Amino acid sequence: MIIKILGTGCKRCKALEQNVREAISSAQVNATVEKVEDIPSIVRYGVMSTPALTIDEKVVSAGKVLSVDEVVGLLKK
Amino acid sequence: MFTPIQIFADWLVYNIFGIAQDSKLGSALNFFVFDSIKIFILLLIIIYAITFLRSFFPPEKTRKILAKNKGNIFIGHILAALLGIVTPFCSCSAVPLFIGFVEAGIPLGVTFSYLIAAPMVNEVALGLLYGLFGWKIALIYIASGEMIAIVGGIILGKMKLEKYVEGYVYKMNVKADQDIPDPSMKEKLLDSWVFTWDLIKKIWIYVIIGIAIGGVMHGWIPAGALAEYAGKDNPFAVLIAVLIGIPLYSNAAGVIPLVSELTRAGVATGTALSFMMAVTALSLPEMILLRRVLKPKLLAIFITIVGLGIVFTGYLFNFIIA
Repeated sequence: MIIKILGTGCKRCKALEQNVREAISSAQVNATVEKVEDIPSIVRYGVMSTPALTIDEKVVSAGKVLSVDEVVGLLKK
Repeated sequence: MFTPIQIFADWLVYNIFGIAQDSKLGSALNFFVFDSIKIFILLLIIIYAITFLRSFFPPEKTRKILAKNKGNIFIGHILAALLGIVTPFCSCSAVPLFIGFVEAGIPLGVTFSYLIAAPMVNEVALGLLYGLFGWKIALIYIASGEMIAIVGGIILGKMKLEKYVEGYVYKMNVKADQDIPDPSMKEKLLDSWVFTWDLIKKIWIYVIIGIAIGGVMHGWIPAGALAEYAGKDNPFAVLIAVLIGIPLYSNAAGVIPLVSELTRAGVATGTALSFMMAVTALSLPEMILLRRVLKPKLLAIFITIVGLGIVFTGYLFNFIIA
């Protein structure tokens, strides 16, 4: 599973990344986390509010710092 | 509605701290305690209400509405200015938003109407304005922010500035619109609370400092003392206020409580309003980000037009409000 965090490196983006990493270790799934910080690449996902999260190239959330539990829920879907 | 807070402030300052009621320190401290509690209750309510309302208007939806109305420019400007109030906006998303709008074929001027209204009419400013100045001034602030956004956007649109947008913006080729899942009602109520609380945690210290300085001024500077310098009769007051306000970005939270004291000390209402607008509408970090999509000339025109709009509004209100 490839998880991407879309964000320009703001505080909220870092908070999301932290939560995603915690969620992956607590849900014990096999996933790689990538960061997309370049604006054109973010916009190509159709995302206009950051931070956003994609799982296997599908946008699952935008404009929100998901909590660890919320990310776990998305990972298990 | 606020009587219990006044009773609490009186009790805390005069009984617990034992400070004489008619002393300067006593009245300043009492004012500080009362104001802080009142402001935080109002901020909590207003930020929560606006955040919850905003959860129904994600930028993706706003873009769809604006793209649908791109045929009628005038309606587009009005819609963009209105949607600027209800769409969640943070300066860190200004660039993706700009590209997303332009890509969807939304005219440049309409995009600017949105970019002017969104930061200016924000939840913190409205909460503080309502709490410190009352609903009339809060409404005047919204109305003038909207006017500047509509008129400023129309002027920018008429100037045919597309060539001053960085070229790559038009060559983005955004992939097919992905459907971003809409949170449930329960999630919206909860997320709004988390957002409100985070925001309060971020701004409370500035609000407290602003109110504290205001409290000191309240105790020591007599009402009307500044009227001579910054009252209605000084023709340069608005201009100077806007020039000071533009670089004072991101601290609307600390600035607005101070401004409420300044008006009591004699600064004219229009001057105070234009100062607050300059603080919220044009922020340095946002301009640095926008530079990535706007060439310097366009950025300068954007700042100038918004600045002039704010100055004009300041004079207008100094003229209207007696």
